[in-house]
Amino acid sequence: MIAVELRKLLGRPRTWVMVALLCLLPTIVAVFLKTSGVAPRPGTGPAFLSAVLQNGALFPAAALAIVLPLFLPVAVSLIAGDAIAGEAAAGTLRYLLVRPVGRTRLLAAKLVSVVAFCVLAVAAVSGSAYVVGTQLFGATAVASVSGPDLSTSQATLRTVLAVLYVGWCMFGVAAVALFLSTCTDSPLAASLGAIALLVTSGVLVGLDSAGVVQPYLPTRYWLAFIDLFREPVAYRDLVRGTALQAVYLAVFLGGAWANFATKDVTS
Amino acid sequence: MSREQRAPVLRTRALVKRYGGVTAVDGVDLDVREGDRYGFLGPNGSGKTTTVRMVLGLVLPTSGEVELLGERRVSRVLPQVGALVEGPAAYGHLSGRANLTLSDAAGRGGARRTRTARVREVLEQVGLDGVDDRPVRAYSLGMRQRLGLAAALLQKPRLLVLDEPTNGLDPQGIREIRDLLLALNGQGTTVFLSSHLLAEIEALCTRVGVLDRGRLVAQDELSALKAPTGRMQVQTPDVAAAGRLLGTRLEVVEADTLLVRCADPAALNAELVGAGLRVRGLQPERRTLEDAVLEMTSDSSDRHSSDRPSGDRPSGDRHGSDRHGRRPA
Repeated sequence: MIAVELRKLLGRPRTWVMVALLCLLPTIVAVFLKTSGVAPRPGTGPAFLSAVLQNGALFPAAALAIVLPLFLPVAVSLIAGDAIAGEAAAGTLRYLLVRPVGRTRLLAAKLVSVVAFCVLAVAAVSGSAYVVGTQLFGATAVASVSGPDLSTSQATLRTVLAVLYVGWCMFGVAAVALFLSTCTDSPLAASLGAIALLVTSGVLVGLDSAGVVQPYLPTRYWLAFIDLFREPVAYRDLVRGTALQAVYLAVFLGGAWANFATKDVTS
Repeated sequence: MSREQRAPVLRTRALVKRYGGVTAVDGVDLDVREGDRYGFLGPNGSGKTTTVRMVLGLVLPTSGEVELLGERRVSRVLPQVGALVEGPAAYGHLSGRANLTLSDAAGRGGARRTRTARVREVLEQVGLDGVDDRPVRAYSLGMRQRLGLAAALLQKPRLLVLDEPTNGLDPQGIREIRDLLLALNGQGTTVFLSSHLLAEIEALCTRVGVLDRGRLVAQDELSALKAPTGRMQVQTPDVAAAGRLLGTRLEVVEADTLLVRCADPAALNAELVGAGLRVRGLQPERRTLEDAVLEMTSDSSDRHSSDRPSGDRPSGDRHGSDRHGRRPA
């Protein structure tokens, strides 16, 4: 079943269009940076961009910071929101279940395929950004955000860690969208519901008077991956972010399973 | 072998489904035996689809139980059941062949070794073997219906559960599918056909269950439902003379056709001929399936008019006394 779901995901043109669009945005930014030669002043604009002109090897991290606030979670929400509700809307859900595919098995297979998309998307963005960055800006020794230089191997390791962290954050988004996907027969409603949650979270993170709830908001620690490029690495937010996403993952996947396993399929 | 000796294939006991305060299915006891061609009839909204969904484990019953191929845990035997529920569905961006391959790979009981051959075989069976690699999106409704049927046949099921399988097919297509189902039934496949099309059921099924407002109001052999009414149909040009001869036994006159209450056609014929009447035809009157079903069921549930329907439907008590379709003379 997992193989079937992966085949469906990878065989669908939509998947590749989304991945291509995700890679396109950082590339556009890179082209503008290169042609104008004007970087945002340090401390303004998306993270790392000011440093990218000197060092293309930092561009994967910058690219992640560019797509993380909106594009990446939207793409993940679309795929995960479509997982069950899309099958329901197309009418294929009932045929899968009478085939029969166990409900838990189907949900697990959908989860694997959504996780695969998250990994694919993050890897494609950082991979394409590495190529674009090193081609346009060249790769020299990487300066950490807080000053001292990082060796190439250190920088590579940290970029890989950043990719994993961002991927992990996307699993949290995927879990929310997958849960909503089991609640409705409309894939659009499920995706938009997940996006609405993220937008709400984003607004509250920027609102000082919402300080009480901020540590529990899903998007609160997303940009903590920037801390990986400090010397020494500031692990506090990274650990909190990882743990918080784990809680979101557990709660929403549990909810998705409990809901779907006992649901009347009337689509 | 009599029907009772054959193994039960699909059985439900006091099956009930409530959605909030609405009872969609109300104590249904289905009994389908191996080799049956079972027609499941009922007006729109009578609970047919909900019952079918409960049988297949898509909808969980509020109470009661389902036994499929002798097994209470339905999911264990579903690989031996082929189903078409409320219209076919497939992934629009893939070809029919690719859809069947995916469906086969998704569940148990579909050996990879034989997959290509089985897909080819079912496409041939439903008459789609000449189809190219165009996506299902571009299929006509009839082609989709055939593809849905092909998917149901893919694991060589012992039981076929089909909901409106000829929807969207042209008359030739309907005949083809009917012949296919008859052939499969001849090889031992039990066919459970749910439909609101009486002609469909009448042409294919040997046994009929009638659902009305969630209740099973009849479950019997088709021939029993279409039993003689105890009247003779007599065609004669001498209508007036016959009227004088038969008196109150003559119940209905329609042009040159008389409906006469009489048990013995031979005696009636002798009496008419003896009195010098010319008889063109004489046969026992049989109820049509339509008559039988309309008597047992209430108004179509998608009818929402404020006044009671008039028309030629038997009026008054539809479930009680008037069960023989008698019309006053």
